[in-house]
Amino acid sequence: MSTLDSTRELFRRDQVWPFLAPAQAEVNVGNQMILYVEDLNLSFDGFKALNNLNLYINDGELRCLIGANGAGKTTLMDVITGKTQCDSGTVFFGQNHNLLNKDEAEIAQLGIGRKFQKPTVFEEQTVFDNLELSLKTDKRVLPTLFSRLTPTQIDRIDEVLKTIGLAKHRFMLAGALSHGQKQWLEIGMLLVAEPRLLLIDEPVAGMTAQETERTAELLTSLAGERTVIVVEHDMEFVRSIARTVTVLHQGSVLAEGTMDQIQSNKDVIEVYLGEEAAAGEQA
Amino acid sequence: MKRLTAWFSEGRSTGKHTLPFVVILLSVTILASAANLLLPADSVFYVSTYTITLLGKYLCYAMLALAVDIIWGYCGILSLGHGAFFALGGYAMGMYLMRQIGDRGVYGNPLLPDFMVFLDWKELPWFWLGMDQFWFAMLMAVLVPGLLAFVFGWLAFRSRVTGVYLSIMTQALTYALLLAFFRNEMGFGGNNGLTDFKEILGFSLQADSTRVALFLITAILLAVVFVVSQKILSSRLGKVVLAIRDSESRSRFIGYRTDRYKVWLFVYSAVIAGIAGALYVPQVGIINPGEFSPINSIEMVIWVAVGGRGTLIGAVIGALLVNYAKTRFTAIMPDAWLFALGAMFVLVTLYLPKGLMGLYGQLKAKRNSVMNKESQA
Amino acid sequence: MDPLLVELGEAKMKDVEPILVRIEAASDDSVLPLFRTLLEGNLYYIEAEGQVVGQSDVNGETVYKDVFTQQTRTDLQKGDVDKIRVNNKLRGYLRNAMARIQLTAKSPSVRENAVRELLSKLDDDTVEVLEGLYPNETNKKVKEAMGLALAMNTASQTGLAPSNRIAAIEKMSTSLESDVRNLLTRLTRDDSAAVVSAANAALEKIAQRVNRFAFVDQLFFGLSLGSVLLLASIGLAITFGVMGVINMAHGEMIMLGAYTTYVVQLIMPNYIDYSIWVAIPAAFLVSGLMGVLIERLVICRLHGRPLETLLATFGISLILQQLVRTIFSPLNRQVSTPSWMSGSWEINPVLSLTLNRLYILAFALLVFIVLVIVLKKTSLGLNVRAVSQNRNMAKAMGVKTNWVDAMTFGLGSGIAGIAGVALSQLTNVGPNLGQSYIIDSFMVVVFGGVGNLLGTLVAAFTLGIATKFLEPTTGAVLAAILVLVFIILFIQKRPKGLFPQKGRAAE
Repeated sequence: MSTLDSTRELFRRDQVWPFLAPAQAEVNVGNQMILYVEDLNLSFDGFKALNNLNLYINDGELRCLIGANGAGKTTLMDVITGKTQCDSGTVFFGQNHNLLNKDEAEIAQLGIGRKFQKPTVFEEQTVFDNLELSLKTDKRVLPTLFSRLTPTQIDRIDEVLKTIGLAKHRFMLAGALSHGQKQWLEIGMLLVAEPRLLLIDEPVAGMTAQETERTAELLTSLAGERTVIVVEHDMEFVRSIARTVTVLHQGSVLAEGTMDQIQSNKDVIEVYLGEEAAAGEQA
Repeated sequence: MKRLTAWFSEGRSTGKHTLPFVVILLSVTILASAANLLLPADSVFYVSTYTITLLGKYLCYAMLALAVDIIWGYCGILSLGHGAFFALGGYAMGMYLMRQIGDRGVYGNPLLPDFMVFLDWKELPWFWLGMDQFWFAMLMAVLVPGLLAFVFGWLAFRSRVTGVYLSIMTQALTYALLLAFFRNEMGFGGNNGLTDFKEILGFSLQADSTRVALFLITAILLAVVFVVSQKILSSRLGKVVLAIRDSESRSRFIGYRTDRYKVWLFVYSAVIAGIAGALYVPQVGIINPGEFSPINSIEMVIWVAVGGRGTLIGAVIGALLVNYAKTRFTAIMPDAWLFALGAMFVLVTLYLPKGLMGLYGQLKAKRNSVMNKESQA
Repeated sequence: MDPLLVELGEAKMKDVEPILVRIEAASDDSVLPLFRTLLEGNLYYIEAEGQVVGQSDVNGETVYKDVFTQQTRTDLQKGDVDKIRVNNKLRGYLRNAMARIQLTAKSPSVRENAVRELLSKLDDDTVEVLEGLYPNETNKKVKEAMGLALAMNTASQTGLAPSNRIAAIEKMSTSLESDVRNLLTRLTRDDSAAVVSAANAALEKIAQRVNRFAFVDQLFFGLSLGSVLLLASIGLAITFGVMGVINMAHGEMIMLGAYTTYVVQLIMPNYIDYSIWVAIPAAFLVSGLMGVLIERLVICRLHGRPLETLLATFGISLILQQLVRTIFSPLNRQVSTPSWMSGSWEINPVLSLTLNRLYILAFALLVFIVLVIVLKKTSLGLNVRAVSQNRNMAKAMGVKTNWVDAMTFGLGSGIAGIAGVALSQLTNVGPNLGQSYIIDSFMVVVFGGVGNLLGTLVAAFTLGIATKFLEPTTGAVLAAILVLVFIILFIQKRPKGLFPQKGRAAE
């Protein structure tokens, strides 16, 4: 890059110098859009996990991502949350936060929460502590050292404990919870952090039908105030919550629309539902 | 400041062992000191100065074990290089004590320590300047280990070096320092290290009263470090530290910059090790590069493992027990000690993963359950 | 010839030279031992038999040997023999005579060595001989050496025309002999300015070549260190790659291998030359079995707890060290080098490579290749690779991971044992032998990338060469420190080493 170019880059009028920008600027959702994913590419040893992927999520939306194994759902979440570096492309949170140059912690502090496929909670600590750690607070070292729980925060934790049905187990070690309870605890950890955007990977795996129903209720109630992206294989569950569904296939978007539109989409039937339908016929 | 006082006055749980520990530690030290100073040497209860010094040494080791435990037991970072921080603190104290010798050395040079005269050096190297001031030397005893820990930790944790990688890196660190301090040109006395100290702050190091005072100071500082560490680890920061130990990536995804937490905890731990080293040197009267040797650092880990990592009291108990055993063993059959130590490594990791404190906890739990059953019946 | 020997034995000092001239004239190069013994002042005359005999000192006892056949004569006493004395003049004559005899010897290499011997003591006689032999010499190398000697003679003749001398100097500038350099240095103080500048230019040219060879020499030492590092670390690379645990007792496996060599040599003291061939499999077995034992007794019970494994194996290393100290004493033991491995390969006067290092370099590469083949072509290798890439999947596919772990550990430890055999040829064998290698080996593994044998190879040689090239400027200790610091910084940039495994499975 020539000096002129770099000078131009330095004095671009539409951008603020990094050191002048406030550390925790509000997320600008001027266009009703909270997440912009454009031309994302990522390959592992020649295997294209993400292939020119484009995805836009509206503010307050509840979006379901479906797709066969290896379609790139989890990888996409990895890139958004900073776990994996992509080869090329852009990911913006609102209009003003470039997620690609931030690490996991910064991204989490911006208000993006994530629930993993396999529930990961802090097993050696109590349910209450797990939630306390996830509170939306100043997470730098010194403030954490001197922090105390405010009554509001305690109320908030109690509220969440009730929502996830673990109020009775608040002083139990998280490691002693059942698989389903851990799933709930992890969702609770997301809730207590009050994120703008929730990325939820297979929330109902290992849950009973009843619990699945409750999860569906919870997620639908969250939408509107928060933006939720759900990855799920359970089609029933997707049908029960989805307003918009995006189908991923081989690292790029195959189709997008309501569940009915998706089900009648020829491409989708061919690569995804088709297999299931074929399998169903055989059975 | 207001926050600080609030933090200390707050009734947050500080661990049930803290108060008994501080009381027992201080009363034993005071009794032992009194027995040494006040009783005649032929009394049954007389405690010899040798024993006092030995106890002081153990307490330094206990403090060192605390440092290792904070980083390993609570944060899961197995440092095999804490001996380096201990030795650096010790060298800072040693340099001060060396400067205090003045012209009473063999060569009688008022400015240069003997080994420099021997090497035919004409002036004091820059890093020896100011070391004749006690406050400055003590500042260095804390700053140098802290700074080294900061630089190393910053480099290592930022690039997410963890697990065995980090352990070997820390071992390499102390090994590199061992090689460096063996060199005469480094200006730290080479192979022989620093020794032949005369006095500290004007008090003769040979005097019983000085020995007892050093012992008392060590005990008090150990108590302070214990309480402060307990406070820190039971704050929310302590919970974050445990969270990092159990699942670092998860902690990152809920917004904690885990690398910074680890760096600062590492620095805190290194500073404690440095203080322990500074207290150790005037009591044993020598500091040499041997303190940097990797085996020393790894021995500290076994103290913590024996006592029970993840509990501060366990680290202290482990350090005291293992070192007492070492003293006895090496006196009776010196060759067997390494066998015993080696066996300890294997047996503790295999059968006592939580150390003696864990065993104690298990026994108590068993007794409780038995009692519960009986009461139910 | 016998009558001449009788004359020699009975002659007075001043009469000896003519007799020697006659002996020289009457015989071929078989007379060389006689002259050599005489030159050393060890030739004795047995008056009773009219024979000569050589005297030598073996372990403080005087031993007599036949000069020509080297057979020991036990029947002789000190009183039976008289020393044949030589003076400086005779010594000078003997040296030249020996050179002359060697110059006409049948073997070209003897002739060449003879010429090179003469370079430092050229006099008119030898030059005359050389001039006589030069045109008829058929061997190229000998002829070259003779030409060099003659050129040196020409160059040093101050009476000759400068142009001749300069031509001679130019001819000399292709040689690396230290004698040539000495002469050239002398010539830089010559009266003739042209000769001085020519000598300087020639010296410059030689210096460049010497530097080049010094570079090669350093490179060789670097490669040698690299080969040692490779041998020491490759076993660790396998165990760390497959099981994700560091065996802190790995260094002690090396030590056990070295002690096995020592014991093998104790058992077969008369066959030192073959002991290595016994020691290599023996060391592999001893260390390998110890490895399997450690794996079965300790490591398999600590599965999934790499830090605890590190501590437990460290304890084992302490026990093994102390065990060896108790059995063999804490002192270092000397392991002898087989004769075929001692000595050095002299490529030219400034570059000679020690044979043991050369063999170990080749051996390390051989072990590496064999290991790669084992991992690529055998079913054990297939299992090992499967387990190292995805342990749970391999287990699900029916691979006996327990068995694979034990075998891997045995293999890694066995190779460490072999490394011990190699190391015993380079350093003394002591209880602490292995200790210093664990950090270095780990650095190599980390640098190369875990689970990647090629990376280990590249890393070992890179680190070896880097260390040896740093050493002359920084000293050994600082070089070691610099390499450590470099690796710590390197891990910042590439935490997964030179050749990282990619993909989601790698995390």
